[in-house]
Amino acid sequence: MARALIHVPATAKKGDIVEIKTLISHVMETGYRIGVTGQPIPRDIIDDFVCTYNGEEVFHAKLYPAIAANPYITFFTVATESGTLAFSWTDQHGATQVQTAAITVE
Amino acid sequence: MRGAVLRAAGLRMRAPSPERGEGWGEGAPTERPEPPRSEWNASGCRRSSGALKRTPSLQRGEGWGEGVPTERPEPPHPALSPLGRGRRKHYPAAAVFIISTLLVRGTLAADIPLDQRRSDSDFISGDTRAMQNDDTANPAMLVVLDGETLWNTKAGETNQSCADCHGDAAKSMKGVAARYPAFAAELGRPVDLEQQINLSRVTDQKAEALAFESKELLALTAYIARQSRGMPVAVKDDAVSKPFIDAGRTIFERRQGQLDLSCAQCHDDNWGKKLAGNLVPQAMSTGYPIYRLEWQEVGSLQRRLRNCMSGMRAEPYDFGAPELVDLEYFLMWRARGMAMESPAVRP
Repeated sequence: MARALIHVPATAKKGDIVEIKTLISHVMETGYRIGVTGQPIPRDIIDDFVCTYNGEEVFHAKLYPAIAANPYITFFTVATESGTLAFSWTDQHGATQVQTAAITVE
Repeated sequence: MRGAVLRAAGLRMRAPSPERGEGWGEGAPTERPEPPRSEWNASGCRRSSGALKRTPSLQRGEGWGEGVPTERPEPPHPALSPLGRGRRKHYPAAAVFIISTLLVRGTLAADIPLDQRRSDSDFISGDTRAMQNDDTANPAMLVVLDGETLWNTKAGETNQSCADCHGDAAKSMKGVAARYPAFAAELGRPVDLEQQINLSRVTDQKAEALAFESKELLALTAYIARQSRGMPVAVKDDAVSKPFIDAGRTIFERRQGQLDLSCAQCHDDNWGKKLAGNLVPQAMSTGYPIYRLEWQEVGSLQRRLRNCMSGMRAEPYDFGAPELVDLEYFLMWRARGMAMESPAVRP
């Protein structure tokens, strides 16, 4: 689907607060704009973003047309155990893109 | 009085006069005699001789304004003056304005001294700068990754990719973007990085040229420019290139459009001041292609230049026009030695 950039620290100490950064390529067309032909440009947005940490949901966001193109979402979580962070973006048509990143907790 | 001040500030709008063959899009350029220097022009316009040497291009919708011959016994026609009619009547008010401007600004009409040049990043908010400098936050990096894919994609009749000849871009393209625009012997004139990519595609890969501002061309340009980040701008200014740099300077310093402004009036004379709430940068083109938040996408220097021209109510040159490349060349020469920042983020 789209190109995404994820930044998760490769290693962390147990109990550390770690910053997660995600960036995904998407037009985030609001549906309120008019094209050159005078026709409205149909709305096309990502409307849901979830991050799970070893299966447990740690961050969830609902996106609306006011979010700019190429949504950049950054948040913090507590490093509890080694494992996988899974990120999933779902657009308004229901298509989902999932990407994962590993983290080692010492 | 008000009109004179507006004119002096370069903010007086003018309409083209069909009687003199001026128009916004039609008509052929005509030769006009060079207007004389007047006392007003000598003090009111920066680089008065340079500013007056220009010939307006009717194709680009430029004109000298709708002058009416008043109180001037001698030719040439006041239409040839960039300042339009009725100058003498308002002379005292204008003189006050100019003197006050000089007092505030100090001396006009000079290039920015080399040691006072600053990156355009200095004129944006800290948040935007942080976004630019963090590869995981800079949205242009998504486009750079697209460019990396294209670099390794085979194309054209030869079925070769860029990488097949140039290898690893991190090595072969290091510093290349800092040397463009550059003179292309086969064309007899300079080309910018986008045009050089297309030259390689057409002559070497035997592929079709990519359209200006197409996603593919911007991606390849951004990917190549990324390899020069931090390196000093080093465009050539040898005898072959100098005339094109000078042509770019002429455009940079020429007043144009309905607002009768030159690039230099903002970016040489008034950088650091505010225009509609934003700081006016020095226009050091070290970060192109840029991700512009207003555009919500990546765009080229040519797009940005066209944008500024529309802002001056001038008809922009077409993408790929030699004038735009000359202007790009001058801007890069002006930023010589400064560090490349591509792909930059701008508001």
